[in-house]
Amino acid sequence: MNMKQFPVICRHLGKSYQQGKITIPALVDINLEIHKGDFVCFSGPSGSGKTTLLNLIGGLDTPSSGEISLDAQRLDKMNKSALANLRLHKIGFVFQAYNLIPVLSAQENVEFVMQLQGLNSARRAIKARAILKEVGLEGLEKRRPGDLSGGQQQRVAVARAIVSAPSLILADEPTANLDSHTAETLMQLLHTMNEEHGITFLFSTHDKLVMDYSKRLIKLRDGRIQSDETQ
Amino acid sequence: MAIILRLAWRNIWRHPRRSGLTIAAIAFAAALLVFMITLQFGSYDMIIDNNLKVLTGHFQVQHLGYLEKPKMRSTITDAQKMAEELRKINGIVDIATRANAFALLASEKRTYGVQVLGVEIMHEAKLSTIPGRIQSGRFLSDDTAQEIIIGDALARNLKVQVGDDLTLLGSGYDGSIAAAVLPIVGIFNTGMPEIDRGLIEIPLTSFQEIFSLEESAHLLVGMAKNLDHLETVLTQVRAKIPDSSLVVLDWNHLNPGLFQLIQADMINSWFMYSCLILIVTFSILNTFLMAVLERTREFGVMLALGTKPLSIGQLIMLETLLLTLLGLGIGLVIGGSVTLYFYVYGFSYPGMEEIGAQFGLIDVITPQLSLFAFMLGPTIIFFFTMIVGLYPALRIRKLKPVDAMKSV
Ligand SMILES: Nc1ncnc2c1ncn2[C@@H]1O[C@H](COP(=O)(O)OP(=O)(O)OP(=O)(O)O)[C@@H](O)[C@H]1O
Ligand SMILES: [Mg+2]
Repeated sequence: MNMKQFPVICRHLGKSYQQGKITIPALVDINLEIHKGDFVCFSGPSGSGKTTLLNLIGGLDTPSSGEISLDAQRLDKMNKSALANLRLHKIGFVFQAYNLIPVLSAQENVEFVMQLQGLNSARRAIKARAILKEVGLEGLEKRRPGDLSGGQQQRVAVARAIVSAPSLILADEPTANLDSHTAETLMQLLHTMNEEHGITFLFSTHDKLVMDYSKRLIKLRDGRIQSDETQ
Repeated sequence: MAIILRLAWRNIWRHPRRSGLTIAAIAFAAALLVFMITLQFGSYDMIIDNNLKVLTGHFQVQHLGYLEKPKMRSTITDAQKMAEELRKINGIVDIATRANAFALLASEKRTYGVQVLGVEIMHEAKLSTIPGRIQSGRFLSDDTAQEIIIGDALARNLKVQVGDDLTLLGSGYDGSIAAAVLPIVGIFNTGMPEIDRGLIEIPLTSFQEIFSLEESAHLLVGMAKNLDHLETVLTQVRAKIPDSSLVVLDWNHLNPGLFQLIQADMINSWFMYSCLILIVTFSILNTFLMAVLERTREFGVMLALGTKPLSIGQLIMLETLLLTLLGLGIGLVIGGSVTLYFYVYGFSYPGMEEIGAQFGLIDVITPQLSLFAFMLGPTIIFFFTMIVGLYPALRIRKLKPVDAMKSV
């Protein structure tokens, strides 16, 4: 099997939380392969394990059992700082809300990751402005997050996720705090990015409208994959 | 680096009032410490200086053991020649030769035991404030003159005034009786009770005749140009005194009470300063912790993006540093201005004359303008706030991105 074709592979992946004496199984025996350039939506009722799965794939958390690999690297065998390094260079994140560093302007937020990666300031500025233009925020580069609408903030987060050309972008309910119209335009943006840059997107949602944008819809229930359909 | 600095600076001004209060607290403590420490050091300088100027001098050459037991026979032979030799040393203001005895002093009505000093007229005035403190009459006129000056308290006790004769009775170098009748030419007031009550001065040559001392004396009293460079001067003095029966003693040995007084005062004030520093430190710790805890989610996002916990720790330390430097800067300017003002105009408070009388005639204190006195307080505050900043910075290491992002 060509690993490069499958940026993400999960084998018998399990995650359980310990709460006092009770063990809560959040994910049970997940087997999954994500194709390069895919646009995957995870859906399912609350508590079904969407966030847990995205966190494991993103290297934000470590599994209790099973294997998980990203670009042929075993995440379950990495230590904290290796995971941090992997997140920095290979994964872009868009969270539900309050994604941005409040004291930095839109452009500086986008530059932040590039700065961590060690790019020089001239290249950072050029790339940041170009990507902000691409997500439709031209002219708002100097605004702080507090002076941007929720939708605009999520666009900045998308710009920040895309700018360093990661293997994978993870978005946990990116539209949860947006009205349906704004949510739709954000999804259109993500879709365009996926088409034009060929970046693999994994996102979760409760929203039927958002699910409709996906190329592949994976439904979770009680920590297991209930269905996996390519649309 | 640029972004971390920008981040730190803007984070400080996220809560302008809170940061302003913290800066104000640091500035206040720093200003207060600058002022109090410079004033304290200044007052020590003056107490030492004034006290030593009355009689003790910065250092003395004596016969070994003379300090503990001032025996008439523990002399320095050819004392004035040696003094002449020592005056050549660079950094010395002057050297005065003194002879010292205990004797009975009698007026027509009363008799008191006193300390008699034989002094070199020309040199005594540069080393001792007594010649300048004559209240009535005049200072001694000539090394060979047969005359006497006494303190005002003693004059009252003896019921005498300028012009009256006093009878001096003691025992001379060779064990013979030393006796003289001398007229009072001046009455002095130093403000120090034991001196005004128990000390008289007569010219050195007259003393040597009365007490059969020949060319000998008991003390060489010296004053250095700068008390801070006393040690280098003393090394040169010691080199010029080959006689092993003589010792060179600095003011600290001559007047241990003075040093202890200063030490006791120092401990007192440092207790107070420590309280001030601790209060400021804890209020800052509280602010810093709040500032970090309320940003847990933000740190979570930064960690998720791949920021190293160490970098976030650095960010917090940088914020602490900026806040502290701002506070210290303002505090130094304010404290420095106040200090400079009192340096020019002098500082005094009610009741100070009393203290002055006890320890040597200060009615105004001039703060000490030294880098050390200026920077001591702010430096201590700096170290404490940086230690305080270390605590929240280290807490970050335990933060996990997933948990951090759950908090809002
Ligand atoms: N830190 C934790 N400690 C204990 N249990 C947890 C923890 N995080 C998640 N869980 C549990 O794991 C299960 C899956 O949670 P998860 O957050 O992945 O669900 P989700 O599908 O994202 O739900 P939602 O749609 O509400 O976001 C739930 O039963 C949840 O209670
Ligand atoms: Mg969730």
